[in-house]
Amino acid sequence: MEAVKQQAAPAARAINIESIHRGAKVSLADETTCLEVKDFNLFYGNKQALHGINMTIPKNRVTAFIGPSGCGKSTLLRCFNRMNDLIDSVRIEGQMLLEGNNLNAPAVNVADLRRQVGMVFQKPNPFPKSIYENVAYGLRLQGINERLTLDKVVEKSLKGAALWDEVKDRLHESAMGLSGGQQQRLVIARAIAIEPEVLLLDEPASALDPLSTLKIEELIYELKDKYTIVIVTHNMQQAARVSDYTAFMYMGELIEFGATDELFTNPAKKQTEDYITGRYG
Amino acid sequence: MATNKSQHISQQFETELQDIRSRVLAMAGLVEQQVADALEALITANVDLARQVMEQDQLVNDFEIQIDEECTQIIALRQPTASDLRLIIAILKTITDLERIGDEASSIARKALNLSEQDRPKKSYRELSALGKHVSEMLRDALDAFARLDVNAALTVAREDKEVDEEYEGILRQMITYMMEDPRTISRVLDLIWSARSLERIGDHAKNVCEYVIYLVEGKDVRHLSVENIEKILQKKD
Repeated sequence: MEAVKQQAAPAARAINIESIHRGAKVSLADETTCLEVKDFNLFYGNKQALHGINMTIPKNRVTAFIGPSGCGKSTLLRCFNRMNDLIDSVRIEGQMLLEGNNLNAPAVNVADLRRQVGMVFQKPNPFPKSIYENVAYGLRLQGINERLTLDKVVEKSLKGAALWDEVKDRLHESAMGLSGGQQQRLVIARAIAIEPEVLLLDEPASALDPLSTLKIEELIYELKDKYTIVIVTHNMQQAARVSDYTAFMYMGELIEFGATDELFTNPAKKQTEDYITGRYG
Repeated sequence: MATNKSQHISQQFETELQDIRSRVLAMAGLVEQQVADALEALITANVDLARQVMEQDQLVNDFEIQIDEECTQIIALRQPTASDLRLIIAILKTITDLERIGDEASSIARKALNLSEQDRPKKSYRELSALGKHVSEMLRDALDAFARLDVNAALTVAREDKEVDEEYEGILRQMITYMMEDPRTISRVLDLIWSARSLERIGDHAKNVCEYVIYLVEGKDVRHLSVENIEKILQKKD
């Protein structure tokens, strides 16, 4: 045993030059674009809520939107799957491209778009059905009813949402009996069951306790291999922890957008600095 | 961005940051005095002053521990970001260098005690005195740069370090000549060499502090770079 220890010690200390250089910085320029926003304006009636937004959201990365209440971050997020269509007074200008295709084009089927771009809200909103049926819901809507397929997808999605171990023995009990944190992960499982390309998360952890929040954050980290994730959060430490890129918005404008590491240590704009350090403007 | 003049919404946090800054400046003032006193003790064979410097090193150490603790508290409770984060990190690093400078001052004082019991050379350590003056100025300018968050002043000090290194080399060569001419001086000259070495190290620590000032103000890590490269990096930003 001692001999093994003595052998292992130098090996553990062996210098790995690669590892020294590995913390390479991320850069938007090296990323594949998933969503592109071009000269985008949005009006609620006469009031302009988004002003000339230009940005590219990279594929398979986590992008966080931060900013004070009313800065337009949720409004912008909701444009990515056209949730704002539901509001009559909304008018938009400019373009939004998903994988190069204009998602506001007349030919786009909104139901198809929302299948590609899933969304999770601040308050968990499970359906008053069983855990199983909540996850299977999207597939049933698509006409998929084979038990075996559904079983597989439900298990895979619940595992993907890090909830499987907690609910596998009570899949047919009501989802309303789950805790808030579990419900939120169930909603994420429901969103990923239909295999979207993009996941939009609007304050996904703000109604949860710290441990459930950490689970959601851990989940976000795992999900980014497969999905492009855009998250709106009021919790700046959360944005700093989970995201690769951060966009700071203020009064409907995109003030600064860049690598999260850089934005939280050395922001380029004073407005960003004031906001993240908690200062008066 | 570090020269952010706007106020934190949390007045308490604002006060904590101001307190910790003034404590660092107080520590810096003490360390500066320690270096000056140690030099004085060495040049004038002032035994009492040398003893005082050695005793007061404990105060410098206490400062380091106290400021360390406060930084830990701020990180744990406030989760500072951007310029606030860089301020805390720069402070943590700066006080380590300040504490080392204190150790070097104490070490010079100990040599001063040894030397006070021996014959004084005619020139009365003129070269060492010049090096000490140079290093003290460097230290003062570095601490001023820290207090005023002045990147240009920091760069000027960083440039000085090369000259201090050259002066030290010169003293070393001269001391070797003494020892070769008269081996009976070896013991005394060795103490002088150690003192010169301490002064040269203080210059290095002052340069480090300047690098932290540049990190704090510009958000650029310029350690282990030549002054020319640092200038290039800072120009690129403009």
